Amino acid sequence: MSAEQSIINQEYLDNDVSKEYLTVTIGGQPFGIPVLKIQDVLQKQIVTRIPLSQAEVAGSLNLRGRIVTAINMRKLLNIEESDNVSKDMNVVVEHGNELYSLMVDSVGDVLLLSDDTFEKNPSTMEKHWNNISSGIHRLDNLLLVIIDVEGLFQSFDVDE
Amino acid sequence: MDDDLIEEFLAETSEALSELDVDIVSLEQNPNDEDLIGKIFRLVHTVKGTCGFLGLPRLETVAHHGENVLGRFRDKDLQVTPEYVTLILEAFDRIKDIVAAIAETGSEPEGDDSELLQKLDDAYNFGKGEVMDDGMVDLMQMSMEDLAAQADADKNNIANTEEPIEAKESNDIEEKDDASKSKDVASPANQSLRVNVQVLEDLMTMVSELVLTRNQLIQILRSHTDSEFSAPLQRLNQVVSELQEGVMKTRMQPIGNAWGKLPRIIRDIGVELNKTINLEMRGQDTELDRQVLDLIKDPLMHMVRNSGDHGIETPEERLAAGKSEAGHILLNAYHEGGHIIIEISDDGKGLSTDRIKAKVLANGLATKEELEQMSDQQIHQYIFNAGLSTAEKVTSVSGRGVGMDVVRSNVEKIGGTIELKSIEGKGSVFTIKIPLTLAIVSALIVEVAGERYAIPQLSVQELVRTSENSSQKIEKIKGTAVLRLRDRLLPLITLSKLLKSASGDISSNDNDEQIIDEYGNTKEVEAELDDIKGQNYIVVTQVGSYSFGIVVDKVFDTEEIVVKPVPQILKDIGIYAGNTILGDGSVIMILDPNGIATASASEASFSNDLDIDAGGADENITTSERKTSLLVFRAGQGALKAVPLSLVSRLEDIDVAIIEEINHCKVVQYRGQLMPIVPFNDKIPFKDKGHQSILVFSENNKSMGLMVDEIVDIVEEVIDVQLGGMQPEILGSAIIDKQAMDVIDVGHFLGTSNQDNFAASGSSGVLAEQGHEQSYKVLVVDDSNFFQEMLTPLLSVAGYKVVSVTNAKEALSLHNANEVFDVIISDIEMPEINGFEFVQKIKSADSKWKDIPAIALSAHTSPKDVEKGLNSGFDRYIMKFDKDGLLNAIKEVMTEVEQSKMGDAA
Repeated sequence: MSAEQSIINQEYLDNDVSKEYLTVTIGGQPFGIPVLKIQDVLQKQIVTRIPLSQAEVAGSLNLRGRIVTAINMRKLLNIEESDNVSKDMNVVVEHGNELYSLMVDSVGDVLLLSDDTFEKNPSTMEKHWNNISSGIHRLDNLLLVIIDVEGLFQSFDVDE
Repeated sequence: MDDDLIEEFLAETSEALSELDVDIVSLEQNPNDEDLIGKIFRLVHTVKGTCGFLGLPRLETVAHHGENVLGRFRDKDLQVTPEYVTLILEAFDRIKDIVAAIAETGSEPEGDDSELLQKLDDAYNFGKGEVMDDGMVDLMQMSMEDLAAQADADKNNIANTEEPIEAKESNDIEEKDDASKSKDVASPANQSLRVNVQVLEDLMTMVSELVLTRNQLIQILRSHTDSEFSAPLQRLNQVVSELQEGVMKTRMQPIGNAWGKLPRIIRDIGVELNKTINLEMRGQDTELDRQVLDLIKDPLMHMVRNSGDHGIETPEERLAAGKSEAGHILLNAYHEGGHIIIEISDDGKGLSTDRIKAKVLANGLATKEELEQMSDQQIHQYIFNAGLSTAEKVTSVSGRGVGMDVVRSNVEKIGGTIELKSIEGKGSVFTIKIPLTLAIVSALIVEVAGERYAIPQLSVQELVRTSENSSQKIEKIKGTAVLRLRDRLLPLITLSKLLKSASGDISSNDNDEQIIDEYGNTKEVEAELDDIKGQNYIVVTQVGSYSFGIVVDKVFDTEEIVVKPVPQILKDIGIYAGNTILGDGSVIMILDPNGIATASASEASFSNDLDIDAGGADENITTSERKTSLLVFRAGQGALKAVPLSLVSRLEDIDVAIIEEINHCKVVQYRGQLMPIVPFNDKIPFKDKGHQSILVFSENNKSMGLMVDEIVDIVEEVIDVQLGGMQPEILGSAIIDKQAMDVIDVGHFLGTSNQDNFAASGSSGVLAEQGHEQSYKVLVVDDSNFFQEMLTPLLSVAGYKVVSVTNAKEALSLHNANEVFDVIISDIEMPEINGFEFVQKIKSADSKWKDIPAIALSAHTSPKDVEKGLNSGFDRYIMKFDKDGLLNAIKEVMTEVEQSKMGDAA
């Protein structure tokens, strides 16, 4: 990540980093996560299950001595599990001084997006999605759902 | 003088002075920066204040005069000019010189500051009360020139004071070899370093990481014998251990740091409430982790404040009570086996039991009857309940009804306990016991269903290994697993069940396809492990005074683990105390025994006796006095049924095929005898096939089996029969474990089976004997409805006539009414007149009942209690529920009476 990021940062040095998004896919749907929120991107990790935790909590993992709580994004988004996609890439974000890993299927490029393509969520969007998304970027060949990291954790509180 | 204090002061002052140098200079550039002036003023003020406290008059005077001038700057009636700044700096320099001298010699150097002071005073008085005009400027100019001249003179002065010190030092060097040491002492400021806490925290994390890596390396090394790495790794191992210890030390702080504010608080209370209070502090140097220190600070302050406010009386009250005028509060801290103990004791008026009682009643926390059963100490524990401030008036100091409950929860939050002992009129002692550090604890690593968990070693009492074949084995009462452990039944909590039963529904909901455990293997979430396997390990755990066993699959060794808090989104799961990273890098959860006890209680409706507040001091009383073990079962229609476990001899599961019918009665051959099997009531049919659960009640070597549908649970509960039974087999209904349950009348069933079966089948021995005793009349004195109702059928079944009363007063009125009994059975704990007093009364010389044998029935059967009972006049002292003992005792005393009668006759 860091190498990748540094290249991108140089490339877009003049641009606004706050408009950069890491694209990830979860259940075939592309999502964008604000680059500024991301601490780390990790390969598949050994995850310790936490019994009695909410279904969305996949477990915890060790990131260089810090304990990261892994969140199963498929569960959170109410997407059916399927075995034939590579998954369990970890996008580590920080929330309230704690580290959380958003487990996604795969990680793609970092895109610099302009405000022009941004739109609010359609009012008909599923509740699970609406809660964690701040809006959608209308791109040429795809619709990128932007993940609102803060909202994502709020939806946790609301759910339980 | 206190060396530590001086040293700290010097370090602080040197730091402040170097800061001041910078600030005063920037003030010169921004003379109107109010914040800056304020800051400088405060710093000087602090120095002045501390000097006064430490008895450094010279330093104090200089600081004081400097502060005066700064005060005028602050109030904006003196303009900040370079000349004035110079003057202030000069004053600072003087302070520095004096400080340096103190650092060297430990006391203030001799010297004359009058010139400097004069100048400062001049500046302070300059233009005071006058209006600034042109003429003033000249004046100012003049005084400035003066100042410059004086400053030169002053420098000489300083040089003079410095000379002898240097001379002295050089003497020292000549005399001593360890001259460098005296040099060190001379500059305490350089000895300590203020480090941002975050830096230490990061350091700690890094060290933890290093420890983990070290552990990994050592693990690898184990599989490679004769490796060339073994020697260097051994060294690394040692260094890392020392490093870890060292870093831990940086987090340790003397508890005195948390006490710093207390003398002031006590002084203020004393002034406000006109009390004289001495605060004595012992063991300030006792060190504990700064995280713990922070958490304990406020509770401590609160408690000391309470002691001063509520505990210590006014001098008049104290004198009247025959105490010395000045109250005394003692704070004492010391280490004890991995814990730090803090005692806060005062010689004040102690807790007023009556007032707490009144409050408890007013708040509906307990009933009057319950309170009467409690010892003073138990009643005192109520002050830890929310909203129970007994302060008569709300003072500005304390008494707002929030308090001890918060203190307790804060202490418990960090794994500590708080105990209270108080004697009215004499004073109170609070004892807080807290772990030294929260960061690193020793934990037992266990495995359940392939996953590892840590259990804090502190709450682990012992480990028991059980297997089917050994004497130590898990027995089950219906679903509830128990273990016989040295004459005690230990409730067991199967960890796999606790952890999986709740997650089971998750996996069934969404077909969670894989769970990755810490070994990287994937596996199916197993169905709830209902069966307890042949071999198990039981971690005997204690929470407060409640012990239980946690059933696990495997036990590894204990490890020192670094506790990391659980993330916010997992806070709601009560059973984790944190998580940690093990030596192999895997993350594991740390179980919270307290949470497990609670979780299992709600899950298995297991009412536990989490009687932490009793402080363990009188747990025996609490458990035996108030709670009864009840077997809860289902039989027939309606509510759950309950029966005191002590009345049940055995639980059996019989094949209905072995039930035979004799004389229209169902019986089974049981231990060489015929045992009648009785349905719960007439409406319940006998099963044709399969198995039937029965409760076996035994009476006079005869047994009977009561058919039940299902055994649900065992609970410990205070029985309060609230509604009388409508059916003969039911004594009444009670709220047990938050459910309404019917308490069954064992006597009824015994009666049924005895009459219907034993008599009919010709087993006449018992009845014949009973027939003989038919005429005996028994008086039962017991304030508990339950016992009355339990005893009455028991005694009537045994063939006695029973009269029961609920207290000694009623019994005495029967005495006065010339009633005559053959035996008196009395409870000990009763309101107003207790059993001891009662028996003394009836056994007194002028009593009509003095020859009637009396039997005590009590929950307390320690040798001391028994002795007291027998000394009071009881003929026998029997434990409650020991029905055979009671019946035997009655028989024995009756025999004795008969014999003595016969003796008399002869």
